[in-house]
Amino acid sequence: MTEFTPFSALLGGALIGVATVALMAIHGRIAGINGIVSGLFAMPTSPDWGWRAAFIAGMIASPIAMMWVTGSMPAIEVPVEPLLLAIGGFLVGIGASLGSGCTSGHGVCGISRLSARSIVATVTFMATGLVTVFVMRHVIGG
Amino acid sequence: MFRILTAFGIGLVFGTGIMISGMANPAKVLNFFDIAGTWDPSLAFVMGGALLVTAIGYRLVFRMPHPVLANGFSLPTRKDIDLRLVGGSAVFGIGWGFSGFCPGGLVPALGLGRFEPFIAAAAILAGMAAYKLATQLTQPKQPIANSSAT
Repeated sequence: MTEFTPFSALLGGALIGVATVALMAIHGRIAGINGIVSGLFAMPTSPDWGWRAAFIAGMIASPIAMMWVTGSMPAIEVPVEPLLLAIGGFLVGIGASLGSGCTSGHGVCGISRLSARSIVATVTFMATGLVTVFVMRHVIGG
Repeated sequence: MFRILTAFGIGLVFGTGIMISGMANPAKVLNFFDIAGTWDPSLAFVMGGALLVTAIGYRLVFRMPHPVLANGFSLPTRKDIDLRLVGGSAVFGIGWGFSGFCPGGLVPALGLGRFEPFIAAAAILAGMAAYKLATQLTQPKQPIANSSAT
């Protein structure tokens, strides 16, 4: 069980929105995390490498900044075996590259622009995520 | 230099939003998907909050002649719905359902100093690398989807 947290969810979502809008207003870029990370495979001398690396560094620094402010690290719980984390991660990396986007790129940026591709992508990955968890927890019973 | 600083600051806000929202917590993500079991609908509110702010914010931003630190807005131009989009997204969802980490949720989780996010991150990078390798082997002359919606 995890606690239903509508207010922190809404607040966190709004902050994600603020950052997404700011990246477009200041840098003119879509805040798709898979795409930004994927761009880091290019040479560090390429023109977009710097801001991409800085953006990712800022994201990684965020829980540390939160600890300075609140005095404790945010807690997470990972109820997944390392092997399944690795298989899942690999599929996420391939799938998001093949499908041109992830939760942030399609789910937030794309849907906000009413992109038909992003709406189809988001409905698809939500549906297969749902089915996967159903099979893992209720069919296989893992 | 200013581009680097603003990008870092925006990443910091994005990551903080992810952490507060619960998207970096696989237990919450997997419970969001588990409608038939221990369902936790919180993440629908994350999506709602993010979409509300972004949909309104983007409309205002696109009235600007150009972004503050760039000559133009870089937006995906493709409109076609093809097998790669649907198939890739389907695979993405299966992986997300296994691990509970999407790329946006995973990156700030790396800052927590736990080992699990690093396993998922290494695997995601391996998946991306495998895709890039396969693309280069099969289509040597084509640029790699860098104008995509990601």
